[in-house]
Amino acid sequence: MEEFINIGKRIPKLDAEEKVTGKAVYIHDLKVPGMLYGKILYSPHPHAKIKSIDTSKAEKLPGVKAVLTGYNIPPIKFGFYKDNVPLKANKVCSLRDEVAAVAATDLDIAEEALNLIKVDYEILPAIFDPEEAMKEGAPLIHEEHVGGKEKKPTNVLNLPWRLIAGDVEEARKNSAYVADDRFKVTWVTHCCMGTSGCVAQFDLKNNLTVYSITQIPSLEQRDFTDALAAMGLKGKKARVIKTMIGGGFGSKLDTYAFEYIAILLAYKAKKPVKIIFTREEEFFATSPRQPAIIDIAQGCTKEGILTFRDIKMTLDNGAYTSWGATTPSVMMMPISSLYKVPNVRYIAKCVYTNNTYCQAMRGYGNPQATFAIDSQMDILAEMAGIDPLDFRLRNANMPGDVTPQNFKINTCGLRECIDAVAQKLDWRQVRGRKDGRGVGMASLIHVGGGARVYKSDGCGTIIKMDDFGTVNVFTGATDMGQGSETVIAQIVAEELGVRVEDVVVTHSDTDICPWDVGAHASRTTFVAGNSARGAAKKVKEQLLEVAGKSLSESPENLDIRDRTIYSKKDPEKKSPLGKVLRAAHYTAGGSMVMAECFYDPNNENLDREFKGNLSLTYAYGTHGVEVEVDKETGQVKILRYVAAHDVGKAINPMLLEGQVYGGATQGIGYALTERLILQNGKVMNPNFLDYKMLTAKDVPNFETIVVETNDQFGPFGAKGIGEPGLVPTAPAIANAIYDAVGVRIKDLPITPEKVLAALKEKTNPK
Amino acid sequence: MNKRILSFTLNGEPVEVEIEPHLTLLQVLRDKLELMGTKEGCGMGECGACTVLLDGKTVNSCIFPAMEVDRKSVTTIEGLTDAQGNLHPIQKAFVEYGAIQCGFCTPGMVLSAKAILDENPKPTEEEIRSGIAGNLCRCTGYLQIVQAIKAASGQQ
Repeated sequence: MEEFINIGKRIPKLDAEEKVTGKAVYIHDLKVPGMLYGKILYSPHPHAKIKSIDTSKAEKLPGVKAVLTGYNIPPIKFGFYKDNVPLKANKVCSLRDEVAAVAATDLDIAEEALNLIKVDYEILPAIFDPEEAMKEGAPLIHEEHVGGKEKKPTNVLNLPWRLIAGDVEEARKNSAYVADDRFKVTWVTHCCMGTSGCVAQFDLKNNLTVYSITQIPSLEQRDFTDALAAMGLKGKKARVIKTMIGGGFGSKLDTYAFEYIAILLAYKAKKPVKIIFTREEEFFATSPRQPAIIDIAQGCTKEGILTFRDIKMTLDNGAYTSWGATTPSVMMMPISSLYKVPNVRYIAKCVYTNNTYCQAMRGYGNPQATFAIDSQMDILAEMAGIDPLDFRLRNANMPGDVTPQNFKINTCGLRECIDAVAQKLDWRQVRGRKDGRGVGMASLIHVGGGARVYKSDGCGTIIKMDDFGTVNVFTGATDMGQGSETVIAQIVAEELGVRVEDVVVTHSDTDICPWDVGAHASRTTFVAGNSARGAAKKVKEQLLEVAGKSLSESPENLDIRDRTIYSKKDPEKKSPLGKVLRAAHYTAGGSMVMAECFYDPNNENLDREFKGNLSLTYAYGTHGVEVEVDKETGQVKILRYVAAHDVGKAINPMLLEGQVYGGATQGIGYALTERLILQNGKVMNPNFLDYKMLTAKDVPNFETIVVETNDQFGPFGAKGIGEPGLVPTAPAIANAIYDAVGVRIKDLPITPEKVLAALKEKTNPK
Repeated sequence: MNKRILSFTLNGEPVEVEIEPHLTLLQVLRDKLELMGTKEGCGMGECGACTVLLDGKTVNSCIFPAMEVDRKSVTTIEGLTDAQGNLHPIQKAFVEYGAIQCGFCTPGMVLSAKAILDENPKPTEEEIRSGIAGNLCRCTGYLQIVQAIKAASGQQ
């Protein structure tokens, strides 16, 4: 076993001291000289024509420096489908539609100005149910949007998600047992503790700088460059500088109206403009996880071998389309490849409604799909008379498998995860008591080696070394709290034979840092890590080359350990790193020691049939839960929570555990308490009293099991772990509730009311 | 609007500041005194990110009227490090136990932890969890925070 100095160590986050002392600068803390404050006026109706807007009074208010509406801004379109604009003209389609914006010298004036804007609306019939919205004659959200062969106006998006492998109909006929169910999942939202915001600023030449909290700096830069072109500023430059990010979880994987509004206000006022969301705005004007109606059938043989999986899904897209509309492509992953299933059919529709539009949220569709799949695994196991543990083991994926979606599974620790969870929970002894206590488990597959959802899945790194041995790493990766900065420093330090404290990671500025597709798909440790390691290897070669000359030793005989270059043949031949670096700089014809590496994993975009090896490796895991259900109140209490994950290799076990604990906590919220309640398109609980995020009192003491499969493609063997922690949580809990009291809840969240109703229904069937 | 003079002790030092009397303590700290370590997570007293200590007890500064701290003593996150800039033992433990991810809840969480330990130097896990239940964290799942507070109390 190789001995590591920096890898596998519980090294504190590099930015932890800055954060724990309150010195870290978040977007809320940033002040730019001359800065104005922007505020947005939202539509009071979910669907209406704008008949007129009168901003004259607002414009006259002292302190107001700019007022904008959809009628006086350039034609900027944004979103995955380019169906959204920063400020709406003619029509509003949801209650978060932006109709006007002001910039003023302080927030109070900006708010007062909003009150002075008069908008006349003609209310239109609205639709909030995706199944209703698909029907003939339903009100159209976007009249110009057409679909189908006849190119008829429709609310169904032209994103025909469809994955077919094998023959589902035939397999259904030949199955000994078939389960058919409908599951429902609803809106939940990221609840980043730091609300959304940005500061937009133009220089004298109309080049744009946006201080941002994005998870996609490079793509955001591109979006803003396009916006500049639409504003008649073609050729002007956009620069994105990230401040500290107060939580991401997928919420910042797109550009949003408020950012374009800040840009437009700053351009009009010729002053920097800051927009910060209130918590209420954060709840109703950011994009939650998609609700879905999931019709699922799975079958198995008498022996409990899965024969097919057949899923039809309807997703509520809301009124506009973000990258979130592509989550069905990620749902294909568990649908095709969680457990071995030879025949698969998956058809999904995203439908426009007058609800809030949805976005990526940790897991990107996977939690929704896995809730249905792994809840139904238990239903099917019971039909077949097989212990759900054995049922999962019999169908577990194995290294070397090629799944129906053409995923090439290289390392796979799923069996180890299932076994480890069963052992920890004492599964064979405690299952099936039906005395109010029960155990359940569920598993996951997720991309763990990048994910080619965009043309490139790459990340660039530049490394330069200074005269004293400090390693400056410039990475495209985004640290939003998950700790990528620290993990990258560990990888670079290990490769270069230095210590983490010698490494300074810069990841904040598109003018300085190389390109990266974004902090999504649990890809940062894998992709940015490989990129950083590649650059470090090149730097090391240069160092050994230079040192070889001064030490009169051939470079291949040299290595670096503890900031010293030494000869492996003659340990007396050695030189401190700083000395070697200075020698390199200060020699006639000298050179800087620096290198770059762009790493783009050799994974594949999905083809026209939505097949292809999306990721270079896949992460697996199993969560096991013991619950106690109060039959009088329907309350579910989690007694034990075991999370086993195949992580490839834990680069930093402490940060890894943090990802698992945090993910599982969000998962428990998804399972039991969290729900963004929308009534006629209106978010009814835009605050933390009514939106039930878990507190420290609600969360169990998680037990984690780290399974290391040392993936050949991962940096030092690592796979991604950002999202997996919440993927199997909800089905594991639902399965445990069933084991405890014999009721199966198929829609999230599993509230006490639902449990109680199901218990009543069970004792007194209607 | 008539401004008033607010005098109080802030992180051990006397402070006098002229304010509009309707301001919250958080507004005074952040906007008037430029102490940006205290965060606003909700502005409604629900998330605890703005927690500071008033005469040793936690308050949500985002809904706390600034005038109410007149002649009292306020401790913010900036007041926890010593004169040499060394971290308070609670801060050290937060760093070492991985209790910080995005860090937005951290200043408030640390001050709640301080209030717990000042009152009860050896709290049980349950007491720790109750004591920080008013501080929401979306990243960590709280476990490493609980461990850090335990460690800071010499119990880990």
